[in-house]
Amino acid sequence: MPLLNSSQRHRVGFSLNGHSVEGDAEPRVLLTDFLRHEIGATGTHVGCEHGVCGACTVTVDGMLTRACLTLAVQIEGCDVRTVEGLATAPDRLSILQAAFRRNHALQCGFCTAGILMSLDAFLREVPTPAEDQIRDLLSGHLCRCTGYTPIVRAALEAAAELASRQPAVQSHHV
Amino acid sequence: MKPAAFDYVRASSAEEALEVLAKEGADARILAGGQSFMAMLNMRLARPKLLVDIMRIGSLDRIEEIEGEIVVGAAVRQAKLLGWDKLKAKLPLVALALPWTGHVQTRSRGTICGSIAHADPSAEMPLSLVALSGSVHLRSLKKRRRVRAADYITGMMNTARADEEMIEAVSFPVVAEHGYGFREIARRHGDFAIVACAAIVSSKGIRLAVGGVADRPEVRDWPGLSGSALDDALNRFAYELDARQDVHATARYRRELVRRVGRAVIEEAVQCHS
Amino acid sequence: MQKSAATSYAKPSPEGPWVGRSIERVEDGALLTGRGRFIDDLGVDTGTLHAAILRSPHAHADVLSIDTVTARSVPGVFAILTGAEIKACTASLVVGVKAPVECWPIAVGRVRYVGEPVAVVVASDRYKAEDAVDLIDVRYAVRPAAVDPLSSIAPLAPLLHDGFPGNIASDRHFRYGDPEAAFAGAVHRVSIDIRYPRNSCTPIETYGVVAAYSPSDDAFDILANFQGPFSIHAVISRALKVPGNRLRLRTPPDSGGSFGVKQGVFPYIVLIAAAARMAGRPVKWIEDRLEHLSASTSATNRATTLSAAVDSNGQIRALDWDQIEDCGAHLRAPEPATLYRMHGNLTGAYDIRHLAVRNRVVVTNKTPTGLNRGFGGPQVYFALERLVQRIAVELGLDPLDVIRRNLVPSDAFPYRTASGALLDSGDYSAGIDLGAGEGGLDELKRRRDAARAQGRLYGIGYAAVVEPSVSNMGYITTVLTPAERRKAGPKNGAQATATVAIDPVGAVSVHVASVPQGQGHRTVISQVIADIFGIAPAEVRVNTEVDTAKDAWSIASGNYASRFAAAVAGTTKIAADRLAARLARTAASQLNIDVSDIVFRKGRVGSATNPDNSLSFSRVAALSHWSPGSLPDDVGQTIRETAFWTPPQLTPPDDEDHINSSLCHGFIFDFCGVEVDRITGAARIDRYVTMHDCGKILHPAMVEGQIRGGFGQGLGAALLEEFCYAPDGSFLSGTFADYLVPTATEIPEPIIVHMETLSPFTPLGAKGVGEGNCMSTPVCIANAVADALGEKDIELPLVPAKLAAFIHGEEIAAPASMRISPPPAAKSGERNLHGEGRERIDAAPAAVWAMLLDPNTLQTVIPGCHSVEKISDTHFRADVTIGIGPVKGPYRAEVKLSDLEPPHAVTLAGFAEGVLGFGSGQGRIILTPDRDGGTTLDYKYDAAIGGKVAGIGGRLLDGAARVVIAQFFASLARHAGGGNEPSGGLLSKLRNLVRRRQ
Repeated sequence: MPLLNSSQRHRVGFSLNGHSVEGDAEPRVLLTDFLRHEIGATGTHVGCEHGVCGACTVTVDGMLTRACLTLAVQIEGCDVRTVEGLATAPDRLSILQAAFRRNHALQCGFCTAGILMSLDAFLREVPTPAEDQIRDLLSGHLCRCTGYTPIVRAALEAAAELASRQPAVQSHHV
Repeated sequence: MKPAAFDYVRASSAEEALEVLAKEGADARILAGGQSFMAMLNMRLARPKLLVDIMRIGSLDRIEEIEGEIVVGAAVRQAKLLGWDKLKAKLPLVALALPWTGHVQTRSRGTICGSIAHADPSAEMPLSLVALSGSVHLRSLKKRRRVRAADYITGMMNTARADEEMIEAVSFPVVAEHGYGFREIARRHGDFAIVACAAIVSSKGIRLAVGGVADRPEVRDWPGLSGSALDDALNRFAYELDARQDVHATARYRRELVRRVGRAVIEEAVQCHS
Repeated sequence: MQKSAATSYAKPSPEGPWVGRSIERVEDGALLTGRGRFIDDLGVDTGTLHAAILRSPHAHADVLSIDTVTARSVPGVFAILTGAEIKACTASLVVGVKAPVECWPIAVGRVRYVGEPVAVVVASDRYKAEDAVDLIDVRYAVRPAAVDPLSSIAPLAPLLHDGFPGNIASDRHFRYGDPEAAFAGAVHRVSIDIRYPRNSCTPIETYGVVAAYSPSDDAFDILANFQGPFSIHAVISRALKVPGNRLRLRTPPDSGGSFGVKQGVFPYIVLIAAAARMAGRPVKWIEDRLEHLSASTSATNRATTLSAAVDSNGQIRALDWDQIEDCGAHLRAPEPATLYRMHGNLTGAYDIRHLAVRNRVVVTNKTPTGLNRGFGGPQVYFALERLVQRIAVELGLDPLDVIRRNLVPSDAFPYRTASGALLDSGDYSAGIDLGAGEGGLDELKRRRDAARAQGRLYGIGYAAVVEPSVSNMGYITTVLTPAERRKAGPKNGAQATATVAIDPVGAVSVHVASVPQGQGHRTVISQVIADIFGIAPAEVRVNTEVDTAKDAWSIASGNYASRFAAAVAGTTKIAADRLAARLARTAASQLNIDVSDIVFRKGRVGSATNPDNSLSFSRVAALSHWSPGSLPDDVGQTIRETAFWTPPQLTPPDDEDHINSSLCHGFIFDFCGVEVDRITGAARIDRYVTMHDCGKILHPAMVEGQIRGGFGQGLGAALLEEFCYAPDGSFLSGTFADYLVPTATEIPEPIIVHMETLSPFTPLGAKGVGEGNCMSTPVCIANAVADALGEKDIELPLVPAKLAAFIHGEEIAAPASMRISPPPAAKSGERNLHGEGRERIDAAPAAVWAMLLDPNTLQTVIPGCHSVEKISDTHFRADVTIGIGPVKGPYRAEVKLSDLEPPHAVTLAGFAEGVLGFGSGQGRIILTPDRDGGTTLDYKYDAAIGGKVAGIGGRLLDGAARVVIAQFFASLARHAGGGNEPSGGLLSKLRNLVRRRQ
């Protein structure tokens, strides 16, 4: 049971979007600051630092997580996923991301990373969601640009597309 | 908006965590989900010298049925209990109330025991535990003790926990053949309750628990009241809660909701019971 | 799992026209994959330091001393700057009215709102900077605060600035037509009093500034997510005491929303730039959410009395406006622009020829105001459209009939309003027919009737709104008298700039100084260019950042007043058209055809009549680089063209104060059905219809995006959002759990209807569309609620508790057996505490009296007390740690005794101040001997709490204060060996608390 001293930086190793990474952090450093300024993954944004706006939402070991309510030292050894890991290649978009673009489900794009992470995790759990389920999920995020309607549409469209592709995906599984 | 400095311990057993608490006392705080507490750290409202992270203690991450009670360990996240396949059957009131706690994204990290430890008067889990006459399992290095939920919560974010103690678990009694109702009025979905009402109806009578009004959840039991007698009882309860006003609601509004929503929730519970 | 779709650049069809089509946005690829480049995503120069700001917990106080010695000793701290130091290296910010007042970006000797900067710490990282902020010891002498705009101008109100006597910064009367005669001759006079609340569109990305100073050049290089207008550049350079060419102001590629709000970063640009200069290193500051909510900026709150002279058929003959605009603690540039932005539009969509206006601008102890989506529109239309609804109610008419009767006639455009706006184009009555038809108004009325038949509270609201866009940079001078204007020189226009450039391989780049925050400017510009050059939008690269050292820009540059589509996109068209004309001549000469035969199509430039005779666009376009001699003599170059455009219609105010405050005027007609819950008072939007005529629609999906976004914010303003202040000026909405922004569960999907009446004044026929619903939606919803409840005095936000008060009637009394002291009448949001209690003490009154005056006893009984110092017999100073749950903090307390009647009664007045906030209270203690030789101690108190905790932990406060106060007396009783234990309720809780501490 090591005690991590407040005044020192401690090595934190974890998996970020499937790649092993490590960095140093004092115990009080928030996961948001650690990801963005120590690791250099700036796709996760900071909007309120008190867990309301949802811009910093990531997944840690599959659990949706407000990075601003998480300490960097807490993710030692964990599997962290962020918006940078959603697409399979740098020049591609995931089905969800593409649905966002088609539906103009973002304007300034600042809150978008967190919303994408929530929806990506949610659609794995609930592949055929109703609109009110999507809205309930989205109520954990604040978006000031869109009025949410196009986000809901994009989510439903992505869910339908993912569901329709499911058999094909399985048959092409390698 | 960055926390003041603190030391951090990742406990691998309850004993380890308790050793730290025994040594550091009030300067140490347990980190269990942290969905309220981390925000207070970021705002520097709270400045502990040391945080004890108990979320990797596997033995605390259990939901068990023991002697007619559902025992929820300190590391059990709200999402885990909500997803527990027996929740509706065993704890129908919790199944009704838990979806009102925060949002999907905070329930995935927040713990049941953490919410009870925090003792926010408008939170759903302390209300449910008090309504169901549940208990809090406190443990220090020296001893374990069980405290009734109503005795555990002593006021606004104040509890009967001693500095060297931690919550090991909470237990919700499983009671068959009761009717339940739950409703919450908040400004927005997922906000702090302005008024939250939980009703339990059994052959013995009516129980109404109200959160968000007094500085802790309050409960009243009435033998099978109805009609205007129930209205009178609700009115008395509404005044006894000594409601306060804030930017979201007046005291009078809170009293009105206790009367009206309280009545509606009781009727829901009666319907569910019959 | 294969879960990808190819990132394709937009290619729905190889050929234009592209304008008017909802192509996918070029911005989105990066934003969706976490590759956006927002200010805090960008690297900084090595050695850059980080700033944190100590802010005032008080609404109004003199700063007696600032002790930074301890704070400076924190490792990593480089500099701590207070008002005196900032003042020494800057000049006051320019104030928008002629008055002897100063406006600094940090408190100089006195704080005037909660959150006002008091000191800036510059340290190696933000965490350490905040550590040092905590250690700065500031002593304040609290002054009474002026919080409400009406009471702030009352006699004897606390004065904020000597240069604003009576707290009035400006008081102007205007008169257009003959309003007195119209009122005298009218059958009816209908009036309404309005209080429009404070709110803000709160972008999810907060402010950010990175500033560097070069002493050798005496020049600043600043990156900030500022949004314009760049007239503010002049304000900043003047404050930093450098000429404009030594202030390089740049904006980052992406900005996370603004809605006007990021104009308000400019005082922080000055502050952080000064800090960088003093620290000798680059300094970065990213505002946090608590700072943003309490102290960034806000829309103005306004008190309005509006009266109409009305004929019995509902025809409005004249309006009389009395507006009291609350700009907060300082009149920051461009205020009082919020008040004057709508000056030409005070008659809304109506043909009203007679107008009287009194405009007062007042200062109060609240955060200074600034740009915010809608900018003056929400305040004006809330009054005007509520008045129209009242006219209908009072005259027994249908509200929509009143609207229709007064509309500017369809054949009257361009129409000059009484106060000088030139409504460019429109067909308002056709718009209402279209909206009512497509939106299903008849069906909605049937829904209302059915709901009402069931006893439900259901109402329909309407709003007809003219949405101004492309501001005249001179409208703000309407606040000056004609004489003052003559002295200051004319100000007017709306200079837009655009640069189109062609590189050596014929690729097209565009630069516009438009600084978008998510509005898709790069996409729309690429559509405009693609149509002109006959290429695909994806082939055009657009840069919308501003660098004042390199770019074409002017004072009107930036993103505000919905000016992009009308002004910036139009100016881009002008620049591209000029290049295209020269390219056409070049191609004509190369192809040996007449220039009139040239077309740009499918990436080629060639003959319209002979499609085989053409050249690739890139070949023609690149010729100016590779073979300038091949260009016809009169063509010059085709490498780069910068266009400047300002509409001639935007003239300065004339001597009669007529002002064409905006170039374009869209039209909006909204209606909605709202049901109010009888139990909770919650207003539920059943249906919302919004009809827009914004001229030419350049990108339908983006226009709808603007409408939905504005609707969401308008709905937030209607139902949820308010910056609340206590009567002492404490800020009560300090977190996103207190300032409530609507989420996906609160915002329904509006039904959107379009019509297109092109503007004759803009190059593309487009008008602005970004702000309209912020103007129309709050009042439309309020009108529906007024209709549902049959009430007149509807105040925003429509908090359920307020509406419930209309519905619930008189409250049921408490049971007779309960002793309930009547609750003190208090305003919503008031944080004053009142309480009383009784303790029995096993000691005679004389002994209790002695204890109350004894420092040693006090030290024992004051909760969490470490030490008590006796200043005099009736004045004590104590250091205490108080708190609730984990929220504990150290406080410095002063206790004074007065009105002593030994050993019977005493008044205790206390004040405690610490990092978490402050509290003050006064209590009267009465000691009565009882039969057993003991004493009954009765106490009554009033207390108020403010500061940090008030804003961010408001819910906790009352409980905490009551616990602490009761604890003091319980403890006093216990100390004397008595106390009526167990007394249950609060006291038993206290006992637990006390026991825990032992």
